[in-house]
Amino acid sequence: MSKKELMFGNAAVARGFWEAGCTFASSYPGTPSTEVTEFAAETAEIYAEWAPNEKVALESAFGASLAGARSFAAMKHVGLNVAADPLFTMSYTGVNGGLAVVVADDPGMHSSQNEQDSRHYAMGAKLPMLEPADAAECRAYAMAALELSERFDAPVLFRLTTRVAHSRSPVETGERTEPPRRAYQKDPGKYVMMPANARGRHVAVEARTEALKAFAETTPLNRVVPGDRRIGVVAAGIAYQYAREALGDRAAYLKLGLVNPLPEKKIREFAASVDRLVIVEELDPVIETQIRAMGIPCEGKALFSRIGEYTARAIAAALLGETAETVAVPPVPGRPPVLCPGCPHRGVFYVLSKLKLFVSGDIGCYTLGALPPLGALDTTLCMGASVSGLHGWCKAAGDEAAKRSVAVIGDSTFIHSGITGLINIVYNGSPATVLILDNSITGMTGHQQNPCTGLTLKNAPAPAVDLTALCHAVGVRRVRTVDPFDLAAVETALREETAADEPSVIIVKRPCALLKPVVAQRKPPVTVERDACRRCRACMRIGCPAISFDREKGAVVDTTLCVGCGLCGQMCAFGAIRGGSGTRVI
Amino acid sequence: MTELNLLIVGVGGQGTVLASRILGEYFTAAGLDVKVSEVHGMSQRGGSVITFVRAGRDVASPLIEAGGADVIISFELLEAQRYAGYLKPGGTMIVNTQQIDPMPVVTGAAVYPDNVRETLAGLGIHAVYVDATAEAVEAGSAKAANVALLGAASRFIGGSAEAWEQAVLACVPARFRELNQKAFALGRARA
Repeated sequence: MSKKELMFGNAAVARGFWEAGCTFASSYPGTPSTEVTEFAAETAEIYAEWAPNEKVALESAFGASLAGARSFAAMKHVGLNVAADPLFTMSYTGVNGGLAVVVADDPGMHSSQNEQDSRHYAMGAKLPMLEPADAAECRAYAMAALELSERFDAPVLFRLTTRVAHSRSPVETGERTEPPRRAYQKDPGKYVMMPANARGRHVAVEARTEALKAFAETTPLNRVVPGDRRIGVVAAGIAYQYAREALGDRAAYLKLGLVNPLPEKKIREFAASVDRLVIVEELDPVIETQIRAMGIPCEGKALFSRIGEYTARAIAAALLGETAETVAVPPVPGRPPVLCPGCPHRGVFYVLSKLKLFVSGDIGCYTLGALPPLGALDTTLCMGASVSGLHGWCKAAGDEAAKRSVAVIGDSTFIHSGITGLINIVYNGSPATVLILDNSITGMTGHQQNPCTGLTLKNAPAPAVDLTALCHAVGVRRVRTVDPFDLAAVETALREETAADEPSVIIVKRPCALLKPVVAQRKPPVTVERDACRRCRACMRIGCPAISFDREKGAVVDTTLCVGCGLCGQMCAFGAIRGGSGTRVI
Repeated sequence: MTELNLLIVGVGGQGTVLASRILGEYFTAAGLDVKVSEVHGMSQRGGSVITFVRAGRDVASPLIEAGGADVIISFELLEAQRYAGYLKPGGTMIVNTQQIDPMPVVTGAAVYPDNVRETLAGLGIHAVYVDATAEAVEAGSAKAANVALLGAASRFIGGSAEAWEQAVLACVPARFRELNQKAFALGRARA
């Protein structure tokens, strides 16, 4: 065996898949799941790709599984909503090569728009679900997921949470073993899900659940950890670690690795062996509700919240009555995330805010355009909803309101699910204006390639989607491109396109300020002419972290942050800010 | 050393992740169980960021709670005050004197506190102030400020200079070795 190394949770998941002979991965990026696929892509043996969205990713992984390959698809919790359609029916078809579906939940919403609990999907789709508690388990369970998938003829859900996915802990790695690829055998009764066949497969699904329940009773994935029997904790994943931190050997544990289906007999025996049965699980009472339905008395959400992350201290307080003294520190100004200096989105949101338009927003870095001082967004729901939501808004609010409304969506998000909304705008005729903020990368998740960038996950050249041609092809006649560093051009385009009586698309094109070629071509920081600055604070309205205001000095540029985009100079009516990409005054 | 809890706080983009990786490498090489918890995604865009590093015989939770940190390394002055409540009584804060205005300060909605040092002193906190950017520039590049800070912190964590150097070298690309070695040594010597 090789030595123990400190490994990132998501890297350990990829390592486990690799060791188990996985050869195919298709995913869509989403925090905190993204790195699983990125680490898989670093191996020579796993073909790994970014798909346009999670549904395409999971269906591609299904195809690879049919062809006999061990495969996985990874996504964040809300991504599984997009992929739910294939997931539920893949439960019926089962697999050929082992197939794992990695889903990363985000309790506490560090980087998400909701706090949904993916364990409901395991119950709903009647699929086995594994949940690791540290990086070593990430590796071991990833291997187990592909094996169980083949053994029980089911895609296996692999649940992560942020604190497991994004923490490093020691992992002992092993060698890769690649089982021979399973031969494909045509079997329409299993793989063609039309009613007559699906009825038979539903019977198979229910039988499989019974087999999985029996397996759950004996598998070492579910284990009892001895301790003081006055408190018996049932927990999985990160919640197990918090409980162990809080209680140590002052409690006994039933640590679940297979979180669906549950081992009823094992739980019953464990419950009988302790004075108090406590279910510790973040978010929804998924385990607790099932244990109550077994008729076993237990405590859970009466003691703990359904909201946010747990802490060891909260568990100690609830179960042991232990409280810790904390020091009161005078509060300091908040530090919300901001658009980076030189971000191409900044100017667009400044103009949108200035024109007081209704802005239907979407998911990406540009969601930050909702924050002050830009404050440009009216709504953000989910991937693609900016475009389809704008259509409904325009239809219901009337023509006048429609002409004061736009949608903003990034290039990757547009391909993910914005294009279908645009087709609806054309087909059902609303005079909507859609801004595609094309920064040539998937930004927020940390720079992933997408179908618009001309490169694949493995950095191989690929055909890039021509967004202008695509919009024309679905029937949008008015398509124009503007540079977001030219505020006057952005404003003109917005005024003209919102006034039009037909659908229009403005492609706002400039690459992300953090992309290597952009960084290499950065201009020197702008400079402020002290005497020319009239202290009007106009340059403060763009919300750039590189420029601040001093009562005595006026505008002050932080030369370590400024990338010379010149947007602030375009705001200055007195020509006090010099340098950068332009000095036009609007 | 049975258990050590370290907090690294700062502003997204300041290089806190590299510092946490070096610490993780250092404790792993020392034969300890280690958990390092980072947050990626939205907060990396110039927001307040916090990384937990825990080392000991058997580390369960990857998180550190209020009053639980032996050492806090703050990459930015105001952030030191924000997270001061995490410090254990008797712990040490290593504070970079760099100031980065948060957006509410930039827009004029809030004022950057001018008395962070006095506030921390008033709370009875042992704080060591470091001009890590200057030290890094002296070493060759402002980008190595994170490693200079870590050098200062290493004095309060313990261990030999050699062991620390090994950990630094294991985590930085070959072409930046000399720069980071220098920055670490400067930070360690002056703290």
